[in-house]
Amino acid sequence: MSDVYVIGIDMIKFGRFPETSVPKLGATAAHLALDDAGLTINDIQALYSGNLGQAGAMVGQRILAEIGQTGIPVVNCANACATGATAFREGWMSIKAGVYDMVLCVGTEQMGKGLLGGGGGGKGIPTEGLLGSSTMPAIFAEAGMEHQRKYGTTFEQFAKVSVKNHHHSTLNPKAMYQIETPLETVMGAEMISYPNTKLMCSVNVDGAAAVVICSEEKARQLGKMDRAVRVKASVLTSDPYQERNLQMPDVNTCTQRAAKAAYEMAGVGPEDIDLVELHDCFATAEILHYGNLGLGKPEDAGRMVDEGETALGGRIPVNVSGGLLSKGHPLGATGIANIYEVSTHLRGEAGERQVEGARFGMTHVIGLGSACAIHVLEKVD
Amino acid sequence: MPLNAEDSETAGLLPVVPFLKIPDEGSPYLEGSRCTQCDTTFLGERSVCAKCGSREGLEPLALANHGELYVYSIVYRSFPGIEVPYVSAIVDLEGGGTVKGNLINIDPDPEKIKMGMPVDVIYEKAPRKDAEGNEYLTYYFQPKS
Repeated sequence: MSDVYVIGIDMIKFGRFPETSVPKLGATAAHLALDDAGLTINDIQALYSGNLGQAGAMVGQRILAEIGQTGIPVVNCANACATGATAFREGWMSIKAGVYDMVLCVGTEQMGKGLLGGGGGGKGIPTEGLLGSSTMPAIFAEAGMEHQRKYGTTFEQFAKVSVKNHHHSTLNPKAMYQIETPLETVMGAEMISYPNTKLMCSVNVDGAAAVVICSEEKARQLGKMDRAVRVKASVLTSDPYQERNLQMPDVNTCTQRAAKAAYEMAGVGPEDIDLVELHDCFATAEILHYGNLGLGKPEDAGRMVDEGETALGGRIPVNVSGGLLSKGHPLGATGIANIYEVSTHLRGEAGERQVEGARFGMTHVIGLGSACAIHVLEKVD
Repeated sequence: MPLNAEDSETAGLLPVVPFLKIPDEGSPYLEGSRCTQCDTTFLGERSVCAKCGSREGLEPLALANHGELYVYSIVYRSFPGIEVPYVSAIVDLEGGGTVKGNLINIDPDPEKIKMGMPVDVIYEKAPRKDAEGNEYLTYYFQPKS
């Protein structure tokens, strides 16, 4: 089986674009990725499209209507916040299987403002605020409190994650925000769901990211190896049965399992990874995943953020893009935008926020309910 | 006033969720299922075990009305019309079963709420009616009396 290579990748600057449409956002990103690869839609054999909000509305085909209806097969993917990464993985598998040798993967989302989650509806009375909370901030607050219960992690340590990621995004022109948020600002912001304040919740934004991936033979044939990035591992898991996970979604076990499988597939360990883009949908979540991804011991996660180990310039920089907390979190685009960030560092093209000498990078997303996708990427010498 | 299970007035009330059972005689309770193959306890009725996949041998049982606070969050921002703050709590019931609900009769203050603290399940008329005007019986958690 051929290795799979990223040969063109890009994202739009995340923001709020209510005047445009999901297919137009996707088309913009697709053109950016094709331009990065020096190719056209006529070179592409299949499209894997990730979008959550319009999952029933053939977004991939509507993107092709904007950029060229070449008649290629289209697969539309929805997998909560793992949607973009799932579309990427479907494309990766098609090349691994030898069905195609060059495909396009696009992730898009157009979001409103405000709280996600809650659900309910149907018969009877609404149970939000009566039988606890099903909002995303509350669910991830409770997941963070589990870490506090086990390891003593503090509100201040959770808040420091947000200080770090907002700082990182000041170096990323494609992030939604480029604003420093000192610790007292983060801790003093409106409390949404203790211990997550407003500045510890990811930003709902519109966004799109796209990538062209191909086989090794194709990359060599096209002369694209000099900026190519090798996909060393692609893993997708769901959450196995856990004692509480039917009442309290478990984002830990599926991540631990995916990380173990990804390290095995890539033939590397956590000590080999130079940067990580992980699913910081809330500041509490980032802390959980230091341990889950093997970046440190779970009980050391609070200390790692205290001592700057996961900041740019630290032992293992995490979310140097600004993360979902400050770059923004357009659900279906996030999983490909993370791959863009890591690829940009491996290509040595990340400018002011470049992780020097980056050779291996990891991306991680969680779709609540739950899906975990992890990719390990390698610089090509 | 919140009531203990045996004191609840339930006449004419509908259950807020299917796993809250209101027997014709006796006290309301939360219903669970236990897998006789692997001994796992679930909240609510089930016909297949999510742990071992067994399709037979799931038996209904009444879950305990006391347990331990596992984790919580204090919710300050919710959807329009929902009174805040409130404490969203995950409780492990004694003998099995994990339930989410509001923890009441305690200050919404991290200094006061202790993970691991014992709590009781109590039953009370819900402060909401449905579109047809039906009233509901709900459950809450409160610190163990």
